[in-house]
Amino acid sequence: MTSLSGASGSLSLNLRIWRQDNPGEPGAYRSFRLERVGADLSLLEALDQLNEQLIATGERPVHFEHDCREGICGSCGFLVNGQAHGPRAATSVCQLYLRQFADGATLTLEPWRSRAFPPIQDLVVERSALDRLIAAGGYCSVNTGQAPDGNAMLIGQEQAASAFATATCIGCGACVASCRNASASLFVAAKLAHLGQLPQGQPERRRRARAMQQQMTAEGFGSCSSNLECEAVCPKQISADWISWMHREAR
Amino acid sequence: MSSLPDPQLPAGPIAEAWRRSREALPLISPLRKRNLTLLVVGTGLAGASAAATLAEQGYRVRVLSFHDSPRRAHSVAAQGGINAARAQAVDGDSVSRLFADTLRGGDFRAREAGCQRLAEISSAIIDQCVAQGVPFAREYGGTLATRSFGGALVSRTFYARGQTGQQLLYGAYQALMRQVAAGRVELLCRREVLELITVDGVARGVVCRDLLSGALEVHTAQAVLLATGGYSNVYFLSTNALKSNASAIWQAHRQGALFANPCFTQIHPTCIPSGDAYQCKLTLMSESLRNDGRIWLPASAGDERAPAAIPEDERDYFLERLYPAYGNMAPRDVASRRARELCNAGHGVGPGGRSVYLDLRDAIAREGRQVIEARYGNLLEMYERISGDDPTDTPMRIYPAPHYTMGGLWVDYPLMSSIPGLFVLGEANFSEHGANRLGASALMQGLADGYFIAPATVTAWLSGHPTPTIADDAPACREALERARSRIGALFQGGGTLPVDAFHRQL
Repeated sequence: MTSLSGASGSLSLNLRIWRQDNPGEPGAYRSFRLERVGADLSLLEALDQLNEQLIATGERPVHFEHDCREGICGSCGFLVNGQAHGPRAATSVCQLYLRQFADGATLTLEPWRSRAFPPIQDLVVERSALDRLIAAGGYCSVNTGQAPDGNAMLIGQEQAASAFATATCIGCGACVASCRNASASLFVAAKLAHLGQLPQGQPERRRRARAMQQQMTAEGFGSCSSNLECEAVCPKQISADWISWMHREAR
Repeated sequence: MSSLPDPQLPAGPIAEAWRRSREALPLISPLRKRNLTLLVVGTGLAGASAAATLAEQGYRVRVLSFHDSPRRAHSVAAQGGINAARAQAVDGDSVSRLFADTLRGGDFRAREAGCQRLAEISSAIIDQCVAQGVPFAREYGGTLATRSFGGALVSRTFYARGQTGQQLLYGAYQALMRQVAAGRVELLCRREVLELITVDGVARGVVCRDLLSGALEVHTAQAVLLATGGYSNVYFLSTNALKSNASAIWQAHRQGALFANPCFTQIHPTCIPSGDAYQCKLTLMSESLRNDGRIWLPASAGDERAPAAIPEDERDYFLERLYPAYGNMAPRDVASRRARELCNAGHGVGPGGRSVYLDLRDAIAREGRQVIEARYGNLLEMYERISGDDPTDTPMRIYPAPHYTMGGLWVDYPLMSSIPGLFVLGEANFSEHGANRLGASALMQGLADGYFIAPATVTAWLSGHPTPTIADDAPACREALERARSRIGALFQGGGTLPVDAFHRQL
């Protein structure tokens, strides 16, 4: 009932935010205080508000990635108090609302840190390495117009559902950011499992597994040491069991 | 009327007109295509599918995206499904029925030949996506599953749970990345189009800005394809993503491309309403909730009691009262209009009286909490996350919000705008939805344009219009660059004190 009237109150927050002008210069934390912001706002909307204040004082706004703000595009992502996408499970950071923080809380916001994700500015890093992993083999080689009847291949309901569950990866990079080896194993395993579970993916299955894992190494991602942090932070809750499955695939 | 360009409609009976006209379209040899560059702006369903297909055919394709990755395009957020007339269930669906439904859904304001073409292509889209590995829902027997959607009496909507747009986009994105790896597509991310370059009235390229370095760039090509989505974000609060800024189609319009039906905006009735002035957007809740949720408002204006304190005979289930046949499933536009009228008359609830109740109470009493939670699990969770209320205890609050724009840049039957050489695909064009789009038809149209229509019609246009390559420093390019520079310069000279969002919010 708290927010029914839209007046679940307001709170003040201390934000410690990683500020870095460009990749060539060292960054540092800067502290900001947000007074009496609406508890029904999302954390990103609080950052919007902070940025309007910064613009008014002539300071460069805090740069962070965002787009759909409903947890499906995969644009947003940074660490909140050391946790990728913040404290709530199965959520991307755009779906984090202020009402779950205590009045006066201090939130430390820092970017993904990984060799394969070079910094750009503030909370933004370059994640095109994930696109190159897909380009290395994350597809079925079929040109437009070559497709057979979609019902010519029967696919069991559970098989389709399992392939779908791995295909939901939004490419945010939280798995990489939360891994102490900065491994992209969950990302790659999810794509291999998506296509590898379907008949359409069979002709290229081995080649795909090898090529994507080789590319993962070439991009500077580490290897998996089974700490399962990736699964814990994944906004789509993709199971890390698929990483063991992937290791069998490449052989 | 004489100033309107020729829509190039096919002659003869409307059925099979697309097949006949496609078979008559001139072709270009694959060897020659290697020397022709095409510029595709946007990487959603329409842009990614067109770029991949054109590259497969042998063209050199350069793709510009506003995002850091093509996979972020807003098509990713489409939930419900994609229509196709495959007549696989024995419920009497057919190409002509999908055609008729599309036309009727659009209040007979759509171009009939285009609707017919869409219905004829629809089945091939599903085949193409399946071949790419899109994990559509399946029946126990292994065949493709369908469900029915608003505005249709047959079951012809194919889906991948509530994330159909995401899965279709990833199919197109993966096809695109395959062409990037093959060296046939040059992908340039974080670019915003600022100007269209025309030579003798023909679109030949764009000026864009690198969003990281700020540098202005000139890109020239034999033809330009805009697939940059709709303009719902002219409203500050819409369900569209924040980067869906409509700037590319606006620039094209400023430079003379005709804009058709700008007033045709789809207002979706079931969105989570606004709570705070700093809220940046609205989130769509699937319309399917109206199957079990009853929509109501307090019968007397200005009633500020909590919903549980309002007795049954003081509640107005206005859709059931006004539309006994449809009840809460009244069409989108009708439900949206009635909700807004009653809120304007002072019956609205929530902050500023800007929402109506969608109440699951009776459904829970009838079928049990567990059944309802299983049916709408992720939606109820999403609502609770955003609003902080548990929708199984407290009625949900919803309000209409801009969601999709049927209007867009005018195109002829081959999808070319009134500027020769400028093709417009997907939601960015005005094409086949008339005054109101059917549920699950947006994805169909984007992919029909990208996979099947534009690759044929762009080739046909190029074969009849020799377009010698122009240098990046040709006069037309320098002039476009100068226009972009002076516009940016003027903005810097503005000297105002308000941040950009302040203007948008006021609009």
